[in-house]
Amino acid sequence: MRRGSDYPLWIAGVGALAFLYLPVAVVVAFSFHDQSIIAWPLQLGTLRWYGMLAGDTGMLAAAWASVKLALLAVAIALVMGVPGAFVLDRLDFPGKTAFRRLVLLPLILPGVITGVALLSFFSLLHLSLSSGYPLVPGWPVVLGHGAALTPVVTTQVFARLQRLDRSLEEASQDLYADEWRTFRYVTLPTIRSAVLGSALLVFTLSLDEIAVTFFLVGRQNTLPLQLWGLLRRGITPEVNAAATVIFVVSVAVIVLAARAMQQNPD
Amino acid sequence: MISSQVAARGRVLRLGALLPLAWAVVLLFVPYAFLLVQSFWRVAGGALTPDFTLDNYRRLIGTSLYPRTILYSAETALWVTGFALLLAYPLAYLLAFKARRHRELLYFAVIIPLWVSYVVRAYAWKIILGQHGILNGLLLSLGVIHEPLSVLLYSRWAVVVALTHIYTPFALMPIFAVLESIPPSLREASQDLYAGRWRTFLHVTLPLSLPGVLAGATFAFVLSMGDFLAPQLLGGNDSALMVSNLVWSLFGVAYNWPLGAAVAVVMLGLTLALLALTGAIERRGQTR
Repeated sequence: MRRGSDYPLWIAGVGALAFLYLPVAVVVAFSFHDQSIIAWPLQLGTLRWYGMLAGDTGMLAAAWASVKLALLAVAIALVMGVPGAFVLDRLDFPGKTAFRRLVLLPLILPGVITGVALLSFFSLLHLSLSSGYPLVPGWPVVLGHGAALTPVVTTQVFARLQRLDRSLEEASQDLYADEWRTFRYVTLPTIRSAVLGSALLVFTLSLDEIAVTFFLVGRQNTLPLQLWGLLRRGITPEVNAAATVIFVVSVAVIVLAARAMQQNPD
Repeated sequence: MISSQVAARGRVLRLGALLPLAWAVVLLFVPYAFLLVQSFWRVAGGALTPDFTLDNYRRLIGTSLYPRTILYSAETALWVTGFALLLAYPLAYLLAFKARRHRELLYFAVIIPLWVSYVVRAYAWKIILGQHGILNGLLLSLGVIHEPLSVLLYSRWAVVVALTHIYTPFALMPIFAVLESIPPSLREASQDLYAGRWRTFLHVTLPLSLPGVLAGATFAFVLSMGDFLAPQLLGGNDSALMVSNLVWSLFGVAYNWPLGAAVAVVMLGLTLALLALTGAIERRGQTR
């Protein structure tokens, strides 16, 4: 009798899940669609769109650019974000509250605002959007991703530091461990999973970022922008194949991230 | 010698603290602040010209396009927020209280659609809602309609559906976090006092989960109001454009960065005001 009254709840929940998965299922299914026009009914049974994707040099160049960009974003986010978390956790300085709010802004604000703000700023500095190409997709977009995604690392590592029992560090120092050893053997193991997890998060977020990227991209398109370009010219089933590949890769990275986060649930 | 080591370490520590601060100031504070500065500039002879003019704001208020679009975006975002909450709450509730062994799996099942490329999620609705799309195909084969409907796509509702899909997980996560943190003893106490499930929900669970609902609603509202890609892809003609599309075109083809900056500053101000408001509501809820 108790279970019976749960049915409406389960129906609502399953309905919501179905809604969330419908577009994913549609895109994956249509990547095997044996027609060049995407229309119902679905005709499964071809891999040619994957073949077309494999031979699309523009798409491959964009994918490579996106991977480089994401790796650089991770590097910047770690170098700036981890010390940033320590600053928030351990230092007091005037304007600290303002600083805390400021680093949260890129996470809360619509990407378009951060995008046009950075575009205006780089343009003021006369920094060309294609500068650094072909070494990087462009310094502005690299710095933009770094700026927009550093807060992810800062907030995750900060949250972990807040839960760290400071008496552990004191105990380590009482046992004559110097600061470096204390950090190496006490602090680092505590934050390691947060650092690793947030790094993977930044990687996937950068790979998919489009709102900020839209304004900062130079000569070399990133993967989402390349997809966007394809869509604007008219839908081809190749888009579905590309989307399926991106989906599989992102999910793999996210599962890795979750496992990294769980390894040390302190 | 020891003192020089200490001094060196002090320098390293100061540098370690300065670097992230400088980074945030240079690449976040200065650009946002410069947006404000630029909103007082003007375009003269096709070039940005520093100035201190309120013309951009005057134009913003005086041209009906801008207030109308802002209202239209807010209204769209309200629909999205409402639908996102309706979808997210039961799911979060199931996750928090009903899914026992498979909770982790279910949580992942909810989060995974979030990691499908944004562009793809927006465009998938084109396949579903299009004239030769799945929905029309389904309705035709069921005999509900006899000709494909062309009104499904390129409308406000297509945009609302896509944005709801995109931002529901953002609404779900804070609701789930709050529901999960409710001590089971509170709900048990209510049931021990012979409150039915509905009364327990209405008088215990729901009020305690409101901070999460508020946070989720804020995320969904702010992010969907600021979206410009889904509306461009699914919104069809200009009438369904959102305020971010205006910013985008002012910074693009229209080449009027100062006016675009003014619109962005208004968006920024509205967003910050909303965040301050929800923050204040939450604090009041805590002190009560």
